[in-house]
Amino acid sequence: MSRNRTRSRNRPRARTRTRTALLRWSPLAPATVLLLLFLAGPIGYCVGIAFTDTQLTGQESASFVGLANFRHAVTDPDFLHAVVLTLVFTVVSSLLGQNTLGLALAGLMRRASRPLRTLTGAVVITAWVIPEIVAAFLLYSFFERRGTLNALLEWLRLPTQNWLFTLPILAVSFANVWRGTAFSMLLYGAALDGIPQEVTESAEVDGAGGPRRLWHITLPMIRRSIGTNLMLNTLQTLSVFGLIWTMTRGGPGNRSQTLPVFMYDQAFLKSLIGYGTAVALLLLLVGALFAAAYLRLMREEV
Amino acid sequence: MMSRRTRRRLAADAALLVVAAAFALPLVWLVLSSVNAEATLRVRLPKPPTLHNFSAVLTDEITFTPMLNSLLLCGGATLITVVCAAPAAYPLSRFRARFSRPYLLTLLFATCLPITAVMVPVYGLFVQVNLIDTRYGTALFLAASQLPFAIWLMKNFMDGVPKALEEAAWTDGASWPQTLLRIVLPLMGPGLAVVTVYTFIMMWGNFFVPFMLLLSPEQLPASVSVFTFFGSKGSVAFGELAAFSLLYSTPVIMLYVLIARRLGGGVALGGAVKG
Repeated sequence: MSRNRTRSRNRPRARTRTRTALLRWSPLAPATVLLLLFLAGPIGYCVGIAFTDTQLTGQESASFVGLANFRHAVTDPDFLHAVVLTLVFTVVSSLLGQNTLGLALAGLMRRASRPLRTLTGAVVITAWVIPEIVAAFLLYSFFERRGTLNALLEWLRLPTQNWLFTLPILAVSFANVWRGTAFSMLLYGAALDGIPQEVTESAEVDGAGGPRRLWHITLPMIRRSIGTNLMLNTLQTLSVFGLIWTMTRGGPGNRSQTLPVFMYDQAFLKSLIGYGTAVALLLLLVGALFAAAYLRLMREEV
Repeated sequence: MMSRRTRRRLAADAALLVVAAAFALPLVWLVLSSVNAEATLRVRLPKPPTLHNFSAVLTDEITFTPMLNSLLLCGGATLITVVCAAPAAYPLSRFRARFSRPYLLTLLFATCLPITAVMVPVYGLFVQVNLIDTRYGTALFLAASQLPFAIWLMKNFMDGVPKALEEAAWTDGASWPQTLLRIVLPLMGPGLAVVTVYTFIMMWGNFFVPFMLLLSPEQLPASVSVFTFFGSKGSVAFGELAAFSLLYSTPVIMLYVLIARRLGGGVALGGAVKG
């Protein structure tokens, strides 16, 4: 009897609480709806369509083909070629290029004089801020047979090359380094600022030379930033399309065709939407793995 | 004899100068070619410098219509993003609930996903629901793709606004929209500006999304029109291309300069700057 009474007394309060909670969290609704419709929706659609043989045109209805698209992918030499090129592109431009150069620049900027620091910062950041398509045109003009790089090599009396033809994947990798290093530089700049002066000084007093100080003190102290930077650089590099498409269109042949370009090529130029989507799904999965690893790194900060 | 310190500084200066020169070369080409009537693919001094290229590209077809399209598309999408992100960030910053942490983690996860990979299914979906080749559909997708990061950044800025003033407003019976609009947002003005400008810059430079979702030439923003215009011509007028690129890049460079100092802190704060 008494229990009943308490419950009936609690009920309105519980309802008020629910109502307050609803009211409190209602501002989240528009953003959530937008995200569900335009981001979660396509991903779900992607999962569904990757298992069908949907084509762009001239087809009554798509049918379920199970894992056929994926089975086709793992035996498709063009796909495997694209995977290898994506790996090369990522390792060269993100891991080796942006990451290392960004760290080096951040380190150098701490020692250099002010005018040069400002100048370098401005130039490197401009390369990052300008639209992707403009960056692509600029680097096309730089690497093209009649372009600036060859002019420079001629002037230095070094052998010239048709870079976009002989080494297209390296050319687009360097293009990505040019465009993306600023982010690493800014991130590492902030990380290096976070190292207390005393630590570096006491190591110097103890006689630790430059390389040893870097290896034993600086790098361990900024390891979280290194992790963050590597993840974000890799994720960004995985989704580069406009840069490569403008500079080489994946060519010559398919020699600079990374996965996003391959996906576009299959889905729209060869009209195999189902297959293209399966490739997209694989790309998304790789991205999701990296994103999950990044979340583990960031978990303490949320 | 130089001190060790000076020597080290000079070495760093020299190294930076080399890197800066290498990074500057393509930009120098851009500037020099834009004022050179006979521009080629090489860095070359124009003689004499002329504004001929600019007058050639400052037409409706090449510059004004695409730039206006860009402004409509990116401005609209930025507006949607900010209008959705600001209220969403508010409860995430102020209240605790069982789902707020998973929600934030999901947002961070979505920030990282390669949007390029979603474009094929988005295209398919847009064809099915008749949103393909519509400006508002494209703007909505652009907004959704920038939204996770915008909410995340906005929440971080909002966390910095003290709660005391709001609590006074709450006791006076103000509703949440009033509190947000009258108290919180004015107090985080610079943060709001950073989110808005950053979102706009990311969209202004975006090529793939409008390239996939917009088809009719009269709707194309500058990022795509420049590609089709200069890519399809047999012999490209490089000077004009450079002049147009310069015109197209200037707004975002200026906007970046506006927010640069605050965004530096934002990189350290949010970590996740890169859409």
